[in-house]
Amino acid sequence: MRALVGRTFGSRRRSVPISLSDIRKWAIAIYYPEVPPRLFWDEEYAATTSHGGVVTPEEFNPFAWFTAEGPVMAPTWEGPIRDSGPESAFGVRSPDTTFILNGGIEVSYGVRMKPGDVITSSETTLLDYQERQSRLGLMLITRTEATWTNQNDQTVKVIRAIGIRY
Amino acid sequence: MQIEVGQDIPTFERMSGFHAWNRFAAVNDEFVPIHMDDDAGRRAGNPGAFGMGNLQFAYLHAALRQWIGDDGQILEVACQFRAPNLRGLTTITRGRIVALRDQGRETVVDLEVWTETEEGTVMAPGSATVMVPKSVSEGWAVEDLNL
Repeated sequence: MRALVGRTFGSRRRSVPISLSDIRKWAIAIYYPEVPPRLFWDEEYAATTSHGGVVTPEEFNPFAWFTAEGPVMAPTWEGPIRDSGPESAFGVRSPDTTFILNGGIEVSYGVRMKPGDVITSSETTLLDYQERQSRLGLMLITRTEATWTNQNDQTVKVIRAIGIRY
Repeated sequence: MQIEVGQDIPTFERMSGFHAWNRFAAVNDEFVPIHMDDDAGRRAGNPGAFGMGNLQFAYLHAALRQWIGDDGQILEVACQFRAPNLRGLTTITRGRIVALRDQGRETVVDLEVWTETEEGTVMAPGSATVMVPKSVSEGWAVEDLNL
């Protein structure tokens, strides 16, 4: 498995154009039960800010539910999670684990996303593996990196994700 | 500059539970049993269902945004998910200034950020860097920091 470190896997994803409605719903979900900032839903107000219009919250995910390739059918998350890690992309057998968790996220931001933008996520690079003992047993920690760009090839964000399997 | 290293930013607080997690699942397509079902949460070694890490990550951004305002810019945010965000607790998002740098017309601020329970159990420790126009940062007064 260590030979996989530094290699890329997966495929590029391209979003459908970001809609104002999706931005509004995202903002409501984050700020509920309070009204979200006007920057995320009020076009008239947003036009007066330095952004010149509505933008997404930085953490907005344009790949949920649907991409340019069609519907995103999420896994049922039932049964064993074998082959849920990046190893399967290289034909390498994954270790036996039962659970998978989001261990952490590191993001560097570039330009903001806004309505109409089409976002592309790069292939994913496997950065490293670590093993760690925890109260839940021996854990396999996998760090990966992907870059999002917009339709003008401007970097939107660089995401380093920490996956935990145990 | 009226802000200093060591100062806290205003907190961002939300009750944890299905009312919040279901809304987030709906926008992020994140319908995972450990976030919907106490039995699934227990099978994963926790006291019950727990909230998404991605939602805590969003709360870190919300705390930063309410502090820097619409013209501020979040440059980096990182966190690790160390403890489950369980139903019924209040998730308190905090930030503390660890460094300040002048950068032309802007001020760059490094912060320690984290979410914690009302009892002070840290759930998601992390860090952040933001950039704020000096026209904004020079107007910040200590009393505005909600200390």
